[in-house]
Amino acid sequence: MSPHFEPAIGRYLHLDLFGRPHRLYVEEAGQGIPLLCLHTAGSDGRQYRGLLNDAHVTANFRVIVFDMPWHGKSSPPVGWQDEEYKLTSRDYVRMIVDIADALELDKPVVMGCSIGGRIVLHLANEHPERFRALIGLESAAHVAPYYDVNWLDRPDVNGGPVCAGVVSGLVAPTAPVAERWETLWHYMQGGPGVFKGDLHFYMVDGDIRDRVDSIDIRRCPLYLLTGEYDYSCTSEGTLDVARRTGAEAVIMKDLGHFPMSENPPQFNGYLLPVLEKIRKL
Amino acid sequence: MLDRLPDLVNADANLVRRGRFVSTTFLVAIDDADYLVRIAEGRVAGVTPGPFITPNYSFALRASRESWDKFWQPLPPLGFTDMFALVKNKLMRVEGDLHPLMANLLYFKDVLASLRKEAR
Repeated sequence: MSPHFEPAIGRYLHLDLFGRPHRLYVEEAGQGIPLLCLHTAGSDGRQYRGLLNDAHVTANFRVIVFDMPWHGKSSPPVGWQDEEYKLTSRDYVRMIVDIADALELDKPVVMGCSIGGRIVLHLANEHPERFRALIGLESAAHVAPYYDVNWLDRPDVNGGPVCAGVVSGLVAPTAPVAERWETLWHYMQGGPGVFKGDLHFYMVDGDIRDRVDSIDIRRCPLYLLTGEYDYSCTSEGTLDVARRTGAEAVIMKDLGHFPMSENPPQFNGYLLPVLEKIRKL
Repeated sequence: MLDRLPDLVNADANLVRRGRFVSTTFLVAIDDADYLVRIAEGRVAGVTPGPFITPNYSFALRASRESWDKFWQPLPPLGFTDMFALVKNKLMRVEGDLHPLMANLLYFKDVLASLRKEAR
């Protein structure tokens, strides 16, 4: 293989979030309609490497991926050692809106997966006027806990492997081996308690079942894509949101809970038609 | 089925290496048939079929034969690809002292998945 750079550039963005200074890592590639991408709980923006490298996407979309505070190459805020990280709906919505403003994005498309797929439902409900369209990957209104999340952050269990261990089955069995283990590697690299803190939003605070019916897709189009092998955000969960909102939903073959990361070509095949529709809005 | 476990696991040097700090006995229940699987430093030291009067084990994985049969297919059907899928759908019960399991989760998942390697 000859040495080469990928087209994406990465920079550190300094901004205030929740009244405190933050340093966030942001990658982007492409030009055109801004497409702001949200990674899953306990992972980071590397999940979107396949999107940032797909010329069919970046020809018409400016793909922007940030690592949430505490994740990836973004830092936790000063004083983090004296607090427990817990993601809430309010902070997650605020973070996305403030980052879009800081980057001066004009009516961006926001696409999120898992917790990101959940928060786009909150964005659709609270800020439909701010976004050109929303794309929910592995999006459901609520997921009840199905294991004790305390295992993810305790000193007598190595946090990296256990975080990868609880999500490994969410990757489709048909995913390419390299992409499967790349996806799990990101989970192994999360900071202590961060995945668990994200799951507070996913399994407790982010429950939006009682507000799904008030989402108006005429104010902001909503597209839902869910992998058939996802038993966390299930096809049924996604189709329920689709039925209640009128959003378009597609159940994706041979994909699980991390479609953009576990099998990028397979996922991009489902995403590109959605992006074409958004271009024509 | 489980009698193939020692050969399949012990022949996988990397799996044994990953489990080198695991020494425990766990129970697999297939319907009402119990099996004790003894792990010694990552190797499967023995699989003992029940019935047992006073089985001594750290954790137990209990599911129906129908569920295990689907779980152990080379390409399991939707909903049977992972133990947590079964747990979430209330088709598997995981009980006992879960520390050895959770501290070595990827290892134990691959031990169980080794039985998918070839059809019976």
